[in-house]
Amino acid sequence: MRPELLQQWVTVAAAAMLLIMFALLAQRHMRALLRWFALQGVVLALTSALVAFVAEVPELYISALLALLLKGLLLPWLLWRMVVRLGVHREVEPLVNVSVTLLIGAALVLFAFYVSLPIEKLSQLVTRNTIAIALACVLLSMLMMITRRKAITQVVGFLALENALFFTATAATYGMPLVVEIGVAFDVLIAALIFGLFFFQIRKTFDSLDLKHLEEKQ
Amino acid sequence: MSLWLWNLVEALLMVGLAPLATALVKRFKARLQNRRGPPLLQAYRDLAKLFGKQPVLAEQASWLFRTAPYVIFAATALAAAIVPVILVATPLTAAADVIALVALLALARFFTALAAMDVGTAFGGMGASREMTFAALTEPAMLMSIFVLSIAAHSTNMTAMIDTVLSTGLGLRPSLAFALAALVLVAIAETGRIPVDNPATHLELTMVHEAMILEYSGRYLALIEWANQIKLLLFATLLLNLFFPWGMAVDADPASMLIAAGVWLCKLLVLFSLLALFETWMAKMRIFRVPEYLGLAFLLAILGMLTHYILEVGV
Repeated sequence: MRPELLQQWVTVAAAAMLLIMFALLAQRHMRALLRWFALQGVVLALTSALVAFVAEVPELYISALLALLLKGLLLPWLLWRMVVRLGVHREVEPLVNVSVTLLIGAALVLFAFYVSLPIEKLSQLVTRNTIAIALACVLLSMLMMITRRKAITQVVGFLALENALFFTATAATYGMPLVVEIGVAFDVLIAALIFGLFFFQIRKTFDSLDLKHLEEKQ
Repeated sequence: MSLWLWNLVEALLMVGLAPLATALVKRFKARLQNRRGPPLLQAYRDLAKLFGKQPVLAEQASWLFRTAPYVIFAATALAAAIVPVILVATPLTAAADVIALVALLALARFFTALAAMDVGTAFGGMGASREMTFAALTEPAMLMSIFVLSIAAHSTNMTAMIDTVLSTGLGLRPSLAFALAALVLVAIAETGRIPVDNPATHLELTMVHEAMILEYSGRYLALIEWANQIKLLLFATLLLNLFFPWGMAVDADPASMLIAAGVWLCKLLVLFSLLALFETWMAKMRIFRVPEYLGLAFLLAILGMLTHYILEVGV
């Protein structure tokens, strides 16, 4: 394939990541949110595989496979099971209304673009254009964590943040060393399991997953 | 000189084929719902019938109420003449750019709303207020989505934009995909198609456009209906020609014009069957969801612009 076409595929993948991030922000239903989250994992894996192919970095294939198994399948499945067992499949309750959140999101993308301009000038990689998008995804997932009320949506935001960081690493330096990546992957897996325990504890104590009860007890 | 002639032919085609286009969508929809649907010429018969009838005016109707349909029709027809249909470089397109196009449509909408409030019925006021609320959201979204193309072309002229798309060829450009999605959402809202407004019914509490023209009859109603039909064809042509201009005539000789006209009709058929499919599959959304839907269109347009700068300028 021609190099410019491959480059275009990388930009398409980056745009897809950004779009999925916005879809996560705009979702109202818990199950739809988890579906988008799973899709994000799959697209992340595809992006890494694509970068591995374009930049000829074979170890990225391994992290792509890791991303697919862990972030595309295992974590969404774990969360899905938790949601079903906790019975929270009703609407997500954002603190700020959805349209405003989305507009703040657009402003964050602009900010990320502005901030990453000097970094892009230094970089020589194929993926240098996508650094701004990756940074925007990190900021957007932070926004998602801030604007949600329930513990479980905040955890989805946290995991999306991890996905975005993985994407940033791929875009900025063709991924972290494999040892680090495997370590982070297992950390996230354990974190998800511990979050599960927390959910049950929070619900047992307060009869709800709404975190405002936690704040009141201080 | 002959360019002006072609432009006139294009405008007449747009105005003349508009009722047929609406009838075609109706027909496709009827077939998808296992009905036979009205014959294709029914749209013309309806218009002829309305033109032949004596209009009934409310007692309080002022001159504004009587002039508004002419203004609406003229503005919409002029907007249709600006859009390049078959030929890429038409003289009127060079004279008026995208902003003028949006302004003409806004003018038509402004007069519809004024006329709706003129007679002072509850329906008219309600429809007008809804229409203007939505308009405040659709217009920026429409401008932004077209500006994505303008930025690439460094011009708000539609001929320049089409030339740019033609010269860069088929490529994977996420910004254009975002802009296309935004413009599709806007076009559905602007032409009052199903998720936003229902074109088939007259009596629904959620109606927007029909509520505004409830007081019209006779030739006035015919003009407004016709202007609406032109609007549908206009948006379809705009979408097709800005984002899929392949097949349009670059030179104004009769042979290539004829081929381009054929290609245009084929593209329209595909688009309208997609529209019919979509309308059969979707349900109308709650009216309070419409601002969110239009916000989505605006967001997509902004993302289109940003991804253009982030991903495509530096390459």
